[in-house]
Amino acid sequence: MTGEYSDALWPDERQTMPLRALAELSGLSEDELRQLVDCGALAPFSESSGQHVFSAVSITVARTARRLRDDFELEPHGVAVLLAYLDRIRELEAQLRALQARLPR
Amino acid sequence: MKFKDYYAILGVDRGASEEDIKKAYRRLARKYHPDVSKEPQAEARFKEMGEAYATLKDPEKRAAYDQLGQQRPGEEFRPPPEWSTQFGEGAGTFDEMDLADLFAGLTGRRGRPGRGGPAPAMRGQDYEITAPITLEEAFQGTHLNLDLTTTEFDEQGTPRRVPRIVKARIPKGATEGQTLRLPGQGGRGINGGPAGDIYLHIALRPHRLYRASGHDLFLDLPLTPWEAALGASVEVPTLAGLVNLRVPSGTRTGQQLRLSGRGLPKPGGGAGDLYAIAQIVMPPELSERERGLLKELATASTFSPRQHFH
Repeated sequence: MTGEYSDALWPDERQTMPLRALAELSGLSEDELRQLVDCGALAPFSESSGQHVFSAVSITVARTARRLRDDFELEPHGVAVLLAYLDRIRELEAQLRALQARLPR
Repeated sequence: MKFKDYYAILGVDRGASEEDIKKAYRRLARKYHPDVSKEPQAEARFKEMGEAYATLKDPEKRAAYDQLGQQRPGEEFRPPPEWSTQFGEGAGTFDEMDLADLFAGLTGRRGRPGRGGPAPAMRGQDYEITAPITLEEAFQGTHLNLDLTTTEFDEQGTPRRVPRIVKARIPKGATEGQTLRLPGQGGRGINGGPAGDIYLHIALRPHRLYRASGHDLFLDLPLTPWEAALGASVEVPTLAGLVNLRVPSGTRTGQQLRLSGRGLPKPGGGAGDLYAIAQIVMPPELSERERGLLKELATASTFSPRQHFH
């Protein structure tokens, strides 16, 4: 039975991919990804021969960006602003969870 | 096929202008978008309104939708028979279809063959699923059977809904808010394209004893006043079983006693910590002897916890 199960994988920071692969996985165009990098919303893992290389962690960010682009009909700059706010919200939620965990029931 | 009232979903009249439809969608999207909303059922509501907007914003699809007339939401209906030719199949095909697939298919978005050369290969659809797991499952790793309905396309490009069970092995150490990927387990590729992926968003179910923060766990540790004052060795439950914890003398309420490495395992190795939060608890009723001993202590002690008030 166990053989039928597929392994759910962690986003591995050491696993890298070129711009084209991230575009395919996220549904964003290569140009949109470059614009997100220029806005600081997406951080490339490294550059190889002038080309951006991304870690697998970027998949989640790029997919969220694609959803925001499609669902709110936003330009990359608007997506970048919203991503920054979402990141801040997630950070604050994590702090709130940490504080609530410390409170006795 | 079940009817959906796209106008009612967006809260607009059937005669609404394109601009009104866009405004209504944007207003609702701000409220229900799963990335920004905390509303209950936000994901399901957003999916519904996204589907309604995708049809009504496109004049061709909207005209086709309007041809269906107004029916009660959820009511079974059959599209006009001539629509079946759009799919190259008999009208029976509609039985396995969803209204959203019907309108997606009407514009040939999925690259159906026979429309000006070979259709391009396309990657299968990705799906996002929330996977609620218990802390015990997060600690040990687990196997999940998750319900998923995918949209698949036959050789003619006709979409149909296919219920599936996704079998996923979750590695130990997954915690709240993390996303795991099941490569190639999403929708089938089209015209030879690769399969899509499934993204699993981990949500920890509440636990009767522990509260999680990242990979650390927090547990209320009730102590008697004398255990707190004198110190004690007490048994504490961890996810791996009972351990003995030394409570130092003079422990105060709210003090965190750390059990190193007894939290949730971390993906790269190591583990979070378990914090036992001391809660000094009074007996609900005092026996005569307990009352006598406490009175004796009150008389003998010079301790004043409110000295700073003066």
